[in-house]
Parts: sequence; structure tokens; C-alpha cells
Amino acid sequence: MSLAHPAPARRRLLPVVVAAFAAVLLAGCGSAPSSADGTGQRGWSDASAAPLQGTVTVLAAASLTESFDQLKNDFERAHPGVTVETSYGSSSTLVQQVDNGAPASVIALAGTAAAEPLDKSLVKDTKNFATNVLEIAVPPSNPAGITSIDDLAKAGVKVVVCADTVPCGKAAHATFTKARIVPNVVSKEVDVKAALAKVKLAEADAAIVYHSDVVAAKDAVTGVPIERRYNTTLHYPVITLADDAASRAFVAYLLSETGLATVQSFGFGAP
Amino acid sequence: MRYAGRWRSRITLGVPAAAALLLLVVPLVTLLLRAEWARIPSDLATPNVLPALRLSLTTTSSTAVLCLILGTPLAWFLARSEHRTTGWVRALLTVPLVLPPVVGGVALLMAWGRTGLVGQHLTPLGIQIPFTTVAVVLAETFVAMPYYVLAVEGAMRGLDPRLESVARTLGASDMRYLRTVAIPLVLPGIASGLALAWARALGEFGATITFAGNFQGRTQTLPLLVYVELERDPQIAISISIMLLAVSVLVLGVLRGRWLR
Repeated sequence: MSLAHPAPARRRLLPVVVAAFAAVLLAGCGSAPSSADGTGQRGWSDASAAPLQGTVTVLAAASLTESFDQLKNDFERAHPGVTVETSYGSSSTLVQQVDNGAPASVIALAGTAAAEPLDKSLVKDTKNFATNVLEIAVPPSNPAGITSIDDLAKAGVKVVVCADTVPCGKAAHATFTKARIVPNVVSKEVDVKAALAKVKLAEADAAIVYHSDVVAAKDAVTGVPIERRYNTTLHYPVITLADDAASRAFVAYLLSETGLATVQSFGFGAP
Repeated sequence: MRYAGRWRSRITLGVPAAAALLLLVVPLVTLLLRAEWARIPSDLATPNVLPALRLSLTTTSSTAVLCLILGTPLAWFLARSEHRTTGWVRALLTVPLVLPPVVGGVALLMAWGRTGLVGQHLTPLGIQIPFTTVAVVLAETFVAMPYYVLAVEGAMRGLDPRLESVARTLGASDMRYLRTVAIPLVLPGIASGLALAWARALGEFGATITFAGNFQGRTQTLPLLVYVELERDPQIAISISIMLLAVSVLVLGVLRGRWLR
């Protein structure tokens, strides 16, 4: 064996590594959350005759995860012919996905401002269905001893918020400005559940999330309320994008007394 | 008959082959078409992009250095060892290659996080790794090191074993043999391994956002910025993507010169 003739191992191994690398490089740069698949296309044929049939594709803000899972189950039980497909993410991500053609029948957003970039030609109807306020989530052990929003500005406290592009990040920013504090923000997460997760794992001392997230997280985190004068209230709109009966029925169910009660049982306020 | 049969099989194979090519090429070409080329220089100079660019350069360079000083000895042990465990170590090394990066991020959190296996012993010392630039380097090294080690190991296996015997009879230590004989000879392999590891580190997203978080100037690397900017200003996201694409192609070009002759 001489240097001019590399061992077979090298010849075998390197192209494999190159190929694997190329695949990873091309695929690895972005990992956008996948949108729902194409079964619930917009403009589903209008089936006015009962019983309802079809698929309703619902895109909802991350903060709505638990309440919309419940709504989906209740609605599907009442209408066995209908499948509700849900996809959760930051409101800004969802709006961008819809603008880029993601098939969606209904989109529910955290705050009316989040709907502004939405392509208005797709919108059939808009109704507010809930409100939410910000709250500080801390690990149950509360390692930094946080009892008020002012404590977030103490030295060494690790605070996680949402990215400036998503509603909870914008609201947190507004609240910090009103409270005139500059907390030690260590990370700006892609959506509110990602921010909450850092507190659940006790990696962060505090996260600015919604009251509903603290309620949904149950014992995993403790909530520290933010005073009303500093807090930011978001009005959650539900926007109908599809014309079919099943989609309209789902939105009607959400806006019904039962639907609103379900949403409110997860810590949301009345619209 | 024979002629027609040949054409039929050409078409049956050619259609899926063309489809495969289109699947890969169309998105990349579209990215280039969507770009506003005149805007790219100013897009890359915005106050959002510069810190991410700087951070990506420093963390990927640190990753490359870590690969060099830690990965080279490991590659050497793997290349010369005939022991049965070597196969297992090599198999273990390939796991991060195929592991979803976000899973790597979760694993890193479990190990180095404030309440993690290793991290809980660091916390009393005042060392906390998540949300720091160190966490970015750890995440990038986690995903990039295997590429480096496997590339360099391959190069070292190509060395004539008689060289080591000769060096040993002349009284050279392992260290001296590596320094004066092996490393100079496998330098092209090391360079390729570094380029590969560096480029993989540059593209790291999942492990970084999970383990290190996302904060401008500290943990927000270029891929994380692309993800966030897509919602604020898609054109900036496209401009950064084009730059990253250009860098990737450049690295592949370098590697092609070395390996795929």
C-alpha cells in the first residue's frame, strides 16, 4: 500500500460523507413548522345539506393549543363526518403561511394586529372570540424570587420573551416600556410555547407569556400577574377563509356559548 | 424491437430521473429568481444582519478550531485501532450525522442545561451555558465534529502503516509521529474535514434554537435570523439565504477539487 493509492476505506467513506453533508446543508438551513396537508383546500364545495362532511383545516396561535385541541375534539364528536385538522405556531408564521398559499379554512390569531399582513382577498369573515393578557411564568421553585414585574430587571435574572415579530413579543415589549424596565432578556423565542418551555425546563428564571399559557401549563410553572396598568390585552380574532358549511359550522361553534366557555376555561377572557 | 425496448426503458427511467432533478433544482432556482440582487449588499449591512454575521463567523471558526484540536486525535485513534470497540465508537460518531438537529438540542439541554446532568454541577460555580455564545459553539460542534472526524479518519487510514513503524524504530513518540509525519501527509484531508465541519456548523439551526435560544449578537446566528426575518422582511431573509447558498456552493466547490476529481 503506498500513499498514492489511498485505502479502499477512504474511497468508500468520503463520497458518503460528502453526500450526507450536501443533503444536510441544503435541508438544514430552515425548519419551518410544516403546515397542514392539502386535504382542506380553500373553496371546498358548499354542502348545505346535513350531516356535515369534510375537513376543516384550522391554523391557530400557539397560545390556543390546548383550547383548540378541546374544541376540535368536541366539534368532531358532534359532527362525526367532519375532520378538524389543527396546526399551531406563532400568529405571524401562520399568516405568512396562508399568504404563501397554505391551505386553511380558519385561522385564529393572537391579537388583531397579527392579522394585518393577511391577504385581505382571502378573508370571508372576522370575529373576535377571546382576550388574553400577559403574565410572568416562573419555575415552581421560583429560583430568582420573582414577585412582580420590577423583579425582572434585577441583575442576573434570566428572562425569556417571544421574538419581536410575534404578538407575544410585541406585547412584552410594550409592557416593558410601560413599566419602564429593561430586563435581562436572554432569548427571543419563535413562539409563546417555546418561551414557556424554557421556564418549564427551569433554564430561564422567567418568561413573558399569556395568562392562558400559565393556566394550560398547570403545575409545571407558576404565574406572577402583571399589574393592569403595565399589562397588554390582546383581542383574538377568528378569521374564516373557506366558504364550506363545515368551516362555517366550526366558527359558529367556536363563537357559540359552549365554544366560548371552552376557550374561557383555558384562561382566556370574554371577547 | 430491440431499439423500441431501449427507448421505452430510457423513458421509464428518464422521467423519474428528471423529476428528481427538478425537485432539487426548482427551489434553488426560485430562490435566485426571487432575489432583488441590487438590494443584497444593503440588506446584508442592516443592523439586524451584521451581528448575526459576526456571530456566525466567530462561532463556526471556534467550532472548526475545536474540531481540529479535539477531533484530530480522535480520528487518529480510530484510524489506527483494530480493536472491536472502534467500530462501536465510529457508529456512535455517525449518530449526530443522522439525528434530527432539534433532538440534538434537547440532548444538549438535558446535559448542559441549568438542571442538566453536567450543568447542575456547573451552576454552583456560576457557569450557565444555555443562552450563551458558548452554547452555540457546543451545538455547532455537536453536529459538525462527526463530519470532521470521519473525514480525517478516512485520510489517516490511507497512510502507509510502514511509515509509523519506521518512525517508531527511529524512536519517535506518537505525538512526534503525528506532528512531523501523519498530519503533514493528511493535510488535504484535514482541510476538507474542516471545510465540511465549518459549513455544517454554519447551517446549524435546530440544535441552536433549542439549546442556545435566539438573541441578537449572542445566540442569533444567520440561519436563526433567516427564520425570524421571513416574518418581518422576507426580502432580507432571501438575501441572507442567497449568501448562505453561495457559501455552501463555494465550500462544495473546494471539496470537489479535493475529493470528487
